[in-house]
Amino acid sequence: MPDTQTAARLIAQEEAAIVSEWLRLQEVDGGLGSGRVSSAELRVQCERFLSLLRRGLAEGAEAVQDPAFTELRDVLRELSRSRAIQGFTPTETATFIFALKEAMFRTLQQDADAAWALTRLLDGFGLYTFEAYQRAREEVIARQQREISELSTPVVKLWDGVLALPLIGTLDSERTQVVMENLLQNIVDLNAEIAIIDITGVPTVDTLVAQHLLKTIAAARLMGADCIISGIRPQIAQTMVHLGVDLNVVTKASLADAFALALRRVGQSVGRAAPVARPGA
Amino acid sequence: MNRIPILRLGQALLVTIQVDMHDELALALEEDLTQKIWATGARGVLIDISALEVVDSFIGRMLHAIASVSRVLDAETVVVGMRPAVAITLVELGLELPGIRTALDVERGMALLRRRDDAEAEGDVERR
Repeated sequence: MPDTQTAARLIAQEEAAIVSEWLRLQEVDGGLGSGRVSSAELRVQCERFLSLLRRGLAEGAEAVQDPAFTELRDVLRELSRSRAIQGFTPTETATFIFALKEAMFRTLQQDADAAWALTRLLDGFGLYTFEAYQRAREEVIARQQREISELSTPVVKLWDGVLALPLIGTLDSERTQVVMENLLQNIVDLNAEIAIIDITGVPTVDTLVAQHLLKTIAAARLMGADCIISGIRPQIAQTMVHLGVDLNVVTKASLADAFALALRRVGQSVGRAAPVARPGA
Repeated sequence: MNRIPILRLGQALLVTIQVDMHDELALALEEDLTQKIWATGARGVLIDISALEVVDSFIGRMLHAIASVSRVLDAETVVVGMRPAVAITLVELGLELPGIRTALDVERGMALLRRRDDAEAEGDVERR
């Protein structure tokens, strides 16, 4: 009888005992105490895993990638994913598998070959868990990056034909690409003649950032819109001059100044009027 | 061979590019336009490229050449309706088309040409 089938038989004999021992071990260092997963839920997960494992072993599967373990792999992947999102540490996540090894040790002592086959298999599953956990975390990071780049480049309409693009945060090539496309698309959609790029929130401007800005401005000009840059902070102005960066576009100190110029260009003006009482004041 | 129609609109010529520009077509356009400016004494050329989705460096250079030739014949070129993707491509190619006026649409382009005419007319009055 192959080792895996021996292991399956031994597990079947003491399945309930293994599960409770497994649960006990996870309580110690599996992150159960934090209350992110209930013990009832964990028991269901453990029973499911063990029965799938036993079935796979009975079919003679020896490696993690064996087709007999397809369902087991899916369960494990989903488990790691949900733990990664819930904020379990990698150790707590991997403990799920490694605690099983300890729990089954006593049962499998009767057959050294079966114990060895199972140990190797569980190590493989441990690594698989880890990989799935890592992938889930990376997905989260990638999604956040995407959200940040979308969130931080809003294009706002200030007036008919006047757009503002308040830039916040460091500009790198990838973000500039998003900013550029966003701005140009909005120029078309809103039929804007003037775009004000406000860089008050940009911490540093180096030659690369300046080049990105210039490209955006050149592209906007090709489409028939003018750009005004506003909010250059004193240190940045100094840095730019020392670096020899020549923006060669209209710049204004504040967004308000830029807006006033934009209004003049589109033939509008702002004047004083009698103050209107606030409703309820 | 296909040719791109050139329409006369008051003192200006209107060219609407609605097909994919290939090199031969571009060269033919340059020639036709030069002839037409000379024949009609037009003061402005509006090139509407809002339907143009793909550009290469040749088209970029062609636009530049048309603008230069027109200027020699005292007509100002305004390129209107460039799409964002086209603008990005031209900038990445290093063709920022200096010396060409641009506008968002044909209407604004016409207004631009008219303002230029008005300004010149005022200048003539002052000179006298």
